[in-house]
Amino acid sequence: MGITTLVLFGFVLALLAPWLYRVGRRATGWILATLPLMQLMYFASFVRPIAQGEVFVFGSAWVPSLKTSLSFFLDGLSLIFALLISGIGALVVIYAGGYLAGHHQLGRFYGYLFMFMASMLGVVLADNVIALFVFWELTSLSSYLLIGFDHEREAARRAALQALLVTGVGGLALLAGLLLLGQVGGSLELSTLLSQGEMVRTHHLYLPILLLVLAGAFTKSAQFPFHFWLPSAMEAPTPVSAYLHSATMVKAGVYLLARLSPVLGGSDSWHYLVTLAGAVTMLVGATLALFQTDLKRLLAYSTVSALGILTLLIGLDTTLSIQAAMVFLLAHAFYKGALFLVAGAVDHETGTRDVTQLGGLRQVMPITAVAAGLAALSMAGLPPLLGFISKELLYEAKLQAPRAAPLITGAGVLANVLLVAVAGIVGIRPFLRERTATPKNPHEAPPSLWLGPVMLAGLGFIIGLLPNTVAAPLVSPAVTAVRAEPTEVTLALWHGLNPVLLLSVLTLASGVGVYFGRGVVRRATSRLEPITHWGPARWYDVALDGMNALARAQTRLLQSGYLRYYLLMIIGTTVGLTAYTLAARGGFPRPHGFADVRFHEVGVAALIFLAAVTAVRARSRLAAVAALGVVGYGVALVYVLFGAPDLAMTQVLIESLTVILLVLVFYHLPRFASLSPQRARYRDAVVAVAAGGLMTALVLVAASMRFHPPISHYFAENSFVRAHGRNIVNVILVDFRGMDTLGEITVLALAGIGAYALLKLRLEKKEGG
Amino acid sequence: METILAVVIGALYATGIYMMLRRSLVKLIIGLGLLSNGANLLIFTVGRLTRARAPFIPEGAETLTPPYADPLPQALILTAIVISFGVLGFAVVLFHRAYQTVGTDDLDEMKATDT
Repeated sequence: MGITTLVLFGFVLALLAPWLYRVGRRATGWILATLPLMQLMYFASFVRPIAQGEVFVFGSAWVPSLKTSLSFFLDGLSLIFALLISGIGALVVIYAGGYLAGHHQLGRFYGYLFMFMASMLGVVLADNVIALFVFWELTSLSSYLLIGFDHEREAARRAALQALLVTGVGGLALLAGLLLLGQVGGSLELSTLLSQGEMVRTHHLYLPILLLVLAGAFTKSAQFPFHFWLPSAMEAPTPVSAYLHSATMVKAGVYLLARLSPVLGGSDSWHYLVTLAGAVTMLVGATLALFQTDLKRLLAYSTVSALGILTLLIGLDTTLSIQAAMVFLLAHAFYKGALFLVAGAVDHETGTRDVTQLGGLRQVMPITAVAAGLAALSMAGLPPLLGFISKELLYEAKLQAPRAAPLITGAGVLANVLLVAVAGIVGIRPFLRERTATPKNPHEAPPSLWLGPVMLAGLGFIIGLLPNTVAAPLVSPAVTAVRAEPTEVTLALWHGLNPVLLLSVLTLASGVGVYFGRGVVRRATSRLEPITHWGPARWYDVALDGMNALARAQTRLLQSGYLRYYLLMIIGTTVGLTAYTLAARGGFPRPHGFADVRFHEVGVAALIFLAAVTAVRARSRLAAVAALGVVGYGVALVYVLFGAPDLAMTQVLIESLTVILLVLVFYHLPRFASLSPQRARYRDAVVAVAAGGLMTALVLVAASMRFHPPISHYFAENSFVRAHGRNIVNVILVDFRGMDTLGEITVLALAGIGAYALLKLRLEKKEGG
Repeated sequence: METILAVVIGALYATGIYMMLRRSLVKLIIGLGLLSNGANLLIFTVGRLTRARAPFIPEGAETLTPPYADPLPQALILTAIVISFGVLGFAVVLFHRAYQTVGTDDLDEMKATDT
């Protein structure tokens, strides 16, 4: 089975999921998890060849004329993300079955979830940048559907829209950036672009490309000042928060930065922008996390901080920092995924997520407690867990940062101190101390709810003990892909007594201090609360209100609801633009001579002209109808004079019918009334005369030039020979363009049926009343 | 002759548009009629005027030799005449019905009627 099929099959399953749920019921989660498991095994089969330096490109044409193809590209970086997406995906699918058990829309939920899973795999595997963008937007869309899953609550709808708008605007910027990049790099395939770094960086469009791509990556990965949508997105069901808003989707921005760093990285602007955004996000996220009491919001802000750390590491742009980023990516996915799932299980069992109301849960939820403890210790960076290894690497990378190393290290230590405290609040505190009363009486969660946390926390523990199980097969190829040079990575728990270890001990000690002193910290900083009120979330509201006001204003201006104003606007615009073009191109015609004019022809023309004017000036309906009839018969005369007897015949028949119809109907309609004021009539007259004048000019222009030779000789030669008819006009209608005539007859029949239906329609209200 | 017909076409457009900008439905229908005549004449004129033969293949001949009037615009106009009659007929019935229901032919008073 090819990689294309495997990715796209997720979309098929998304469509089938609601139906599968009807059949599978409680077991649906376990059944559906087979797809991500299969994907996991499939991707795992690539680990060995990719570790040996191979790169796989699969693809099929999509829209070749636009250089868009559905091509996929698998290297070390894609692989590590694909494994996380499918692996955690399987656990989350099982978890959701337990968490949302009995929810009447669980089938639909699975549909959204699989749509997301397939799109996310598409993002990290896509080779073509257009395909990448499409999958990127699909993840935003499925995230919107998943955050707003509980759509009866206003908060959920609001959060969903906020996430969609913020990431959507970023997505558009990204599209522009990618297209520019494709133009500069000469290809839309990432696998080709990756070797064009030198050319792109020296191009004068480099800075716009960089800014646009960063806008996409930063909004998606919730970097300051776009971080606010992520905590709001906690309105989503917990499996979604764990999967999309912690382990996978929010890391799409990080993926993109890592993916494009061989092309866009290595410049000063890249270094400063990415590092700065990362550092600020890291600190803001960690600080705000400490003020939360809701388990999920605590985790959300700490995720913001973690995303900041990843961005910062990519911005540092050294082999060591990329290595730290990849290990941290794994460690964070494991511990944060586990903690989110634990938070969901706790919420599910106790009915609350408020950390101040939780305590002593280890007695009733021992399995969950162990998973939570392991994950929290990994988050705090304690040996022998993976979190410890990753934090050691992180400090090492920061200490060796090319610029401002002390400052970056200081910021890093500060953020980590805060995160240690957060880890304690989230993963340890609810399970220790005395039992407290909770809305629901908790029991150990069902297997579907503890399987995920135990697996993820367990992985963090096992890999922490045996770090080289992932170092060579996964981390090395990923770092190689990002650095675009072969890199060997070896990981170890024990690095010896060095400054890094010292920093770790310091972090831990201070973190524990902050944990116990959090009351004091909170009180001291609560005076800063009003500032957060004016934070980016507020800007978002202002921007949204502004946009709505603008939409309302222009609607009031343009959508008056009066037919004549619409007509005026359309005619005015057409006349203005056409006249301008004619004038600008010097296309205004000079009148032809009057040499070939014959007297009776002028008479007919004058008749039509006068009749038209009479139709306008008539005071009675019948006079107007009569004048209209004269216009029609006059036109028929023109047809007679210029070699079109068929037209003349039709025109006379139709005109007679029209006059009869109008007379019959107008008899029932009210008399002519002058409804418009004088001024409006003058205005309309000016517009009408301008439009008429323009048409005259256009006819003269068109009559004085010929763009194409006429094609009628074909009809003249073939009408009798091939269609056996002597009247060429008729042959065109019924033979050469027979389908058009069929369409015409259909339109006429529809008009007839419509008119008949209108006449037969009973006015029930009137008859009833 | 094109010059004169061009002026006539302009007049038909101008009067048609002016009538369509009135508030009275009845005038709007008259405007529609004027406008469709103008449009047909426009196609006819732009497709080249000629006083030559109509596009008939005479008895005994197999093809038509120039000069002859171009049959293609004529076929188009034939379709257009019939279609514009369909449009006009439907519009007349619709407005008749609207008048019966609403009791006015003033478009401004039809703005927000749900009946």
